[in-house]
Amino acid sequence: MKTICVIPVLCILLFAATAFSLPVNEYLLDNGLKVLILEDHKAPTATFQVWYRVGSRDEKSGKTGLSHLLEHMMFKGTKEHGPKTFSQAIQRAGGMDNAFTSRDYTGYFELLASDRISMPIGLEADRMQNLVLTRDAVLSERDVVTEERRLRTEDDPQSFVFEEVMAATFKNHPYRRPVIGWMSDLRALNPQDLAEHYRAYYAPNNAVIIVVGDVDQKQIMEKIRTSFGSIPAGPPIPAMTSVEDEQKGERRVYVKKEAELPYIMIAYKVPNIVHEDGFALDVLGNILSDGKSSRLYRALVYDQQIALSAWASYEGLYKDPFVFLAGATAAQGKKIEDVERSLLDEIEKIKDTPPDGQEVQRAKNQVEASFVMQQDSIYMQARTLGSFEMTVGWKFVDTYLDGIRKVTADDVRRVARKNLIDEMKTTGILIPLPKEKGL
Amino acid sequence: MSMHRIYRSIPAALLLILSLTAPARATQLAEREMLPNGMVILHTARHSVPMVSVVMAIKAGSISEPPAKAGLAYLTAALLNEGTQQRTSREISEAIEFVGGSLSASAGDDYTTASLTVLKKDIELGFNLLSDIVLHPAFREEEIARKKRITMNWLIQQQEDPGAVASIDFARAVYGDHPYGRQVQGTVDSIPTITRQDLIDFHGSYFAPNNTIVSVVGDISREELKLLLGKYFGNWQEKKIPELVLPDIAPKQAPSVIKVDKDLTQTNIILGHLGMSRMNPDYYAVIVMNYILGGGGFASRLVDNIRDNRGLAYDVHSYFDVNRFSGSFQAVLQTKNESANTAIAEVITEMKRMRAEKVSDRELSDAQSYLTGSFPLRIDSNSKIAGFNLAVEYYGLGLDYIDRYPSIINAVTKEDILRVARKYLDPANYVLVVVGNLAKADLQY
Repeated sequence: MKTICVIPVLCILLFAATAFSLPVNEYLLDNGLKVLILEDHKAPTATFQVWYRVGSRDEKSGKTGLSHLLEHMMFKGTKEHGPKTFSQAIQRAGGMDNAFTSRDYTGYFELLASDRISMPIGLEADRMQNLVLTRDAVLSERDVVTEERRLRTEDDPQSFVFEEVMAATFKNHPYRRPVIGWMSDLRALNPQDLAEHYRAYYAPNNAVIIVVGDVDQKQIMEKIRTSFGSIPAGPPIPAMTSVEDEQKGERRVYVKKEAELPYIMIAYKVPNIVHEDGFALDVLGNILSDGKSSRLYRALVYDQQIALSAWASYEGLYKDPFVFLAGATAAQGKKIEDVERSLLDEIEKIKDTPPDGQEVQRAKNQVEASFVMQQDSIYMQARTLGSFEMTVGWKFVDTYLDGIRKVTADDVRRVARKNLIDEMKTTGILIPLPKEKGL
Repeated sequence: MSMHRIYRSIPAALLLILSLTAPARATQLAEREMLPNGMVILHTARHSVPMVSVVMAIKAGSISEPPAKAGLAYLTAALLNEGTQQRTSREISEAIEFVGGSLSASAGDDYTTASLTVLKKDIELGFNLLSDIVLHPAFREEEIARKKRITMNWLIQQQEDPGAVASIDFARAVYGDHPYGRQVQGTVDSIPTITRQDLIDFHGSYFAPNNTIVSVVGDISREELKLLLGKYFGNWQEKKIPELVLPDIAPKQAPSVIKVDKDLTQTNIILGHLGMSRMNPDYYAVIVMNYILGGGGFASRLVDNIRDNRGLAYDVHSYFDVNRFSGSFQAVLQTKNESANTAIAEVITEMKRMRAEKVSDRELSDAQSYLTGSFPLRIDSNSKIAGFNLAVEYYGLGLDYIDRYPSIINAVTKEDILRVARKYLDPANYVLVVVGNLAKADLQY
């Protein structure tokens, strides 16, 4: 529980090919709380979610991991509801709950049979304002998060490379820091830090409620008003003012670690999805990476057989400019230098010759199909709505689909030429160390 | 819920059911029909989204292959969409990906699945491709060589994942020579021995309509479905399926400890033993018992003790991995090397406590209300329903399973839980696998 999105490939699947045009209703309470409701009656279930506009982007040096640790603490009880009760209450009602933290936001969700969906409303309102942060609970949960960091990053060579690449890609923007936090920072976080973070960012004027599923919006709005309406707005939210400095040349990082196969990850700094290059970058990612007919799989895995896997992804759904990623795991006995050359060759080919019409059309069809197919899941609809709202505004969802439809082959070549350049590039390489002798 | 990390290749559709089943409404979800050639069809029409999901389960998995050819079922499935008599690998992927659909196949322990998801408008193309890959795979030598190389590389890379390493060693120790004891993908030694003829023979022996369940969910009427099935699977001929011969599995008579030294910050721990088959009548009492022990996330004793009270782990859970013929019980966690001994001791303590005293009224009623009340969430999307229908058919649960389930769960008593805990948890004769920095862990086991 309380998971975070640190593995890029998984996050990509969520965002790279999503779009919709759905009957979302937006409400704004006097205290600044925004509510988005999407009625969907195909199954008797619903999801209730509260998203806060705070993530690792809002953290300071020495205090990394604060947003994520606070996410964990949100399950530890309030003045009225004691510790260990939140998830148990949801599960007793046959529901599931969880939470996630990213660079830009923190979200909490419950999934329930729709006749019980009002049940978490009071609990969420309560923990928006009455969280109890005892010293013992904080110290114990801090240990849990260090275990989470060991599991996800320290002992996972490819995740470790991703963290190194991000830290080298960004010099002064907080996107350089891992969402889960650096180990030494985690060990030093204290209840006071959490209380300040909570007070600064957990307020109705910094939150968005998202409800998707088999609900009657009038009824549920009434309940939301009753529970959340009386929570006073907090002080203005602190602004994050860092802007990444211009990069002047390629950066390279190496990780030497016990592992089996060499691995490469390349990050190009690129604009986010609202920029005029955004849609074409998304289509570019798709042409390079989506499926067995994509260029990287075809070249590196299928034809040349020098890689076990090869992929690329445009990470455009961020508040600030983020990255376009490309990566590959070398096949056994293959040199990572050759894998890197092949990967870059494929990028050069697109800069040289525009993709053919069929490829561009396939990318568009995939985006449109996934738009339809994600409507099968209320959870995915809510996640997509929320991640758009937190970064570029939920209404951009409509613009998005339209924008993708207009991308041409020349656009794809143009954005590749402009953005996938050495001056914007950071390359990370995993060099496997031989195993130390066992006992 | 804490992450479920299950590495043995159980088809995802089935997992849904095995880990958390729980109905509560009086509707028959699917219509069932057996075609003249013996193929069983399960159909649920859902017209709300213009898409269709199809899952075909062919009852042949790693249990059906000879031990020396470990990986044969896996390779057979993996090659289905890498070329047919009419189409090359590339033509298949281009056709399905151009319309934004997906077509895949994979083998598990007990059965092989071929899955299709397409927009409604592409259903004809989808069935055409699905039928082609299942009925007429070409098994071209160059594709076989390519897939073998990828699989062997995948097995090598898997060694980077300490949880996977622990899981593989655990299965081998618990199941011994039984097929459940080996990886579905085979080994770097067995894969090279598999020949094109082996693949053709395996496909020829087991891929038959009378050995297949087809689960279809989505924007498709019964009439449309019957037409498509007639057109694309109508000529598929029934045949006699080889009988399955499986070795017995002996429970351990003493604890056995497997240690793998790696340069890791955490020790990955699996403690468990033989479990039960899905067909065992005690299954339902066991899932209620395990919800309380370690299956119920934040409502479970293992999370309360090891994560919440001691801060020793992020992920700690237990589960009964049930299969058709046998299964295992596993308690799984990762903790910094230095606290491995404490965490193992606490797992054993909780297993013993489960066997020593009755659970509380509150624990029982919470488990029952979750298992029954969460049912609507298990069948609220096409893919979930497709998997659910498949499991109901495969395990012979009956189309009225949804109606019966709540009463089965609600009938479980504290005495039942104590009885099944004593019968199916064995804190003395366990298999313990630890993968971590052994010098730092300084194991006392």
